[in-house]
Amino acid sequence: MTATTHDTHDAHHHGPPPGFFKRWLFTTNHKDLGVLYMVFGLLMFFIGGAMAMVIRAELFQPGLNLVDPHFFNQMTTMHALVMIFGAVMPAFTGLANWLIPVQIGAPDMALPRINNWAFWLLPAGFVLLLATLFLPGGAPAGGWTMYPPLVLQLGDSFPFLILAVHILGISSIMGSINIVATILNMRAPGMTLMKMPMFVWAWLITAFLIVAVMPVLAGAVTMLLTDQYFGTSFFSAAGGGDPVMFQHIFWFFGHPEVYILILPAFGIVSAIIPTFARKPLFGYSSMVYATASIAFLSFIVWGHHMFTVGMPLAGQLFFMYATMLVAVPTGVKIFNWMATMWQGSMTFETPMLFSIAFVLLFTIGGLSGVMLALAPVDLQYHDTYFVVAHFHYVLVTGAVFSIMAAVYFWLPKWTGHMYDEKLGKWHFWLSTISVNVLFFPQHFLGLAGMPRRIPDYAVQFAEFNMISSIGGFVFGLAQLLFVYIIVKCVRGGQKASSGVWEGAKGLEWTLPSPAPYHTFETPPAVK
Amino acid sequence: MTEETTIQRRSGGRTAAKMALVAVGMFGFGFAMVPAYQVFCEVTGFNGFVSNEASAGPGDMEYDPDRKVTVEFVATVNGSQPWTFRPKQSRMEVTPGELYTAYFVAENQYEGSTVSQIIPSVAPGTAGRHFKKTECFCFTEQRFAGSEQRKMPVTFFVDPALPERNQTVTLSYTLFDIRDGDLPEYDEEAAELHAGAPQSAD
Repeated sequence: MTATTHDTHDAHHHGPPPGFFKRWLFTTNHKDLGVLYMVFGLLMFFIGGAMAMVIRAELFQPGLNLVDPHFFNQMTTMHALVMIFGAVMPAFTGLANWLIPVQIGAPDMALPRINNWAFWLLPAGFVLLLATLFLPGGAPAGGWTMYPPLVLQLGDSFPFLILAVHILGISSIMGSINIVATILNMRAPGMTLMKMPMFVWAWLITAFLIVAVMPVLAGAVTMLLTDQYFGTSFFSAAGGGDPVMFQHIFWFFGHPEVYILILPAFGIVSAIIPTFARKPLFGYSSMVYATASIAFLSFIVWGHHMFTVGMPLAGQLFFMYATMLVAVPTGVKIFNWMATMWQGSMTFETPMLFSIAFVLLFTIGGLSGVMLALAPVDLQYHDTYFVVAHFHYVLVTGAVFSIMAAVYFWLPKWTGHMYDEKLGKWHFWLSTISVNVLFFPQHFLGLAGMPRRIPDYAVQFAEFNMISSIGGFVFGLAQLLFVYIIVKCVRGGQKASSGVWEGAKGLEWTLPSPAPYHTFETPPAVK
Repeated sequence: MTEETTIQRRSGGRTAAKMALVAVGMFGFGFAMVPAYQVFCEVTGFNGFVSNEASAGPGDMEYDPDRKVTVEFVATVNGSQPWTFRPKQSRMEVTPGELYTAYFVAENQYEGSTVSQIIPSVAPGTAGRHFKKTECFCFTEQRFAGSEQRKMPVTFFVDPALPERNQTVTLSYTLFDIRDGDLPEYDEEAAELHAGAPQSAD
């Protein structure tokens, strides 16, 4: 606590600089940048969400009803790009910025100016990407995976897409380098690696994944660019290249990428569940090793996205078994969370509700993942709504739910006010029920053979699509409540104590709420 | 920042530099996957890899004169270019170890002259390595005059090492019209032809 008294003493020349632009545009403060990242993520969540609403509205009934098929394809493609690179990744990076320094007792991130730069590249990248919606020929419409030769036929949006991916990649690489540098160098004395909170561990591993694979994506899209404009033939069969090779390179990035989107979520629920179960996290070190194992395995399973390309039997078997292996460390984590709750004195505040829903629903997504890992059955599931249901269970009820849990959990620390618990519960139940109405029927649609990325469908799929769309609209509307709750909490509410939650453990809970602009300028003592 | 904190907490510049190096290295790794993929496919025969270079003839290879394998021929035109391209014979019964010649017929339905590149592929993937061509129209670019039709030979043999379970081997050719400059390495003549190609024709 000596650290914080020191801060308040110095506050007169250490507060945020005056003026809106000076503060937010030039800020190098990790808390300001964390807020910027999260607000940006929320904005993109609604833009990507609006696209999802267009998709579900078109699919409400069979037939081409609202938008033309080309625009529908733009929506599916852009929805994915916006949600992955605009909503989930920035939201996690924002949480990392805000929380990692206060969880390890550091005064700020290791490279504050790089931090500012990394953030401000994001709006630049998304201006490029979203501008394509207004170009002749429209936005990218060939799927977010950018497979050639289709992607090379995009027209004007193609160079915008490539450049946007480059910029977003550079942004997340810089953000991740900063996170690694912070965690490895800025920990308070006594904060050994194996004493770090799970969220910090999860992000350390995630940051390594990002630094390892985002450059590979950059390489892949650069090859697309040179194939299109500079006469190379990386993916052109006529010139001796191979379009399938793009899929190998893309998924070498793509599979670690999906773990980039989930590992921080594991860290978040590993912080929340012990708090509300009032027990320490069960099997801390096994959690660390499980996370590292998942990260390692992510590099050798990319082929399971490509079972239908004509892969030889040996390749299918290798990727099938390697993929099924991922279920082992993931299972370790799920059982550890359950063991943490076992015989705990649990209470069910909104962050805990979201975390429990995460464990349950992420497991459903994980199990459908194991089904997809089986090469023989994947031949049928490939490119159907079963895949759509699978990755939305792991990304919406997984990654997005964990972000919501994190916001409710740390919001009192950020704002100094308690959020409205009653509204929070409303948000939780509306979201959880509607998201299942939205995505669960898609399993059945997929098993019955409905292909993904299609604006129209055979009439036998009509009922489940209508149910799914209704769930989608309710889920979309419920998120407006989320924004209302956040705004209300920022503006006022019951004062939050420094500990906020009865069972909260960790350095950030020793700080007053709201946390001062500068914290831990003198390192705290960690026992 | 007080002095004690600078002693206890390092700045992180060195870590950042190392990580940046990793990022640069991985960017290079992405490109290194291209030749690695070629080599991997060549060595293992995965992905139905077919050499596009002439191999030596069967020579004095030992083989079973009674063994019969069916070779099927497929020809496809890439995209919707005005070409016809078809095999002269749809299938052949061959004995692995003996040399055969098959013919394909391509017709350029353009008014003007053009250049094509024909790319072979063999299915199933396990047979790719054992299908050897001693002479093929696919080894080089093929120039066609306007409305020219041409019969083109491929001389091949099936390696007796072909696995017993491969009863049928399919040789598939795809014709790419490359006068738009899809190919990076033109010889001079082709480059001239490319420059002179009418722009309106695409």
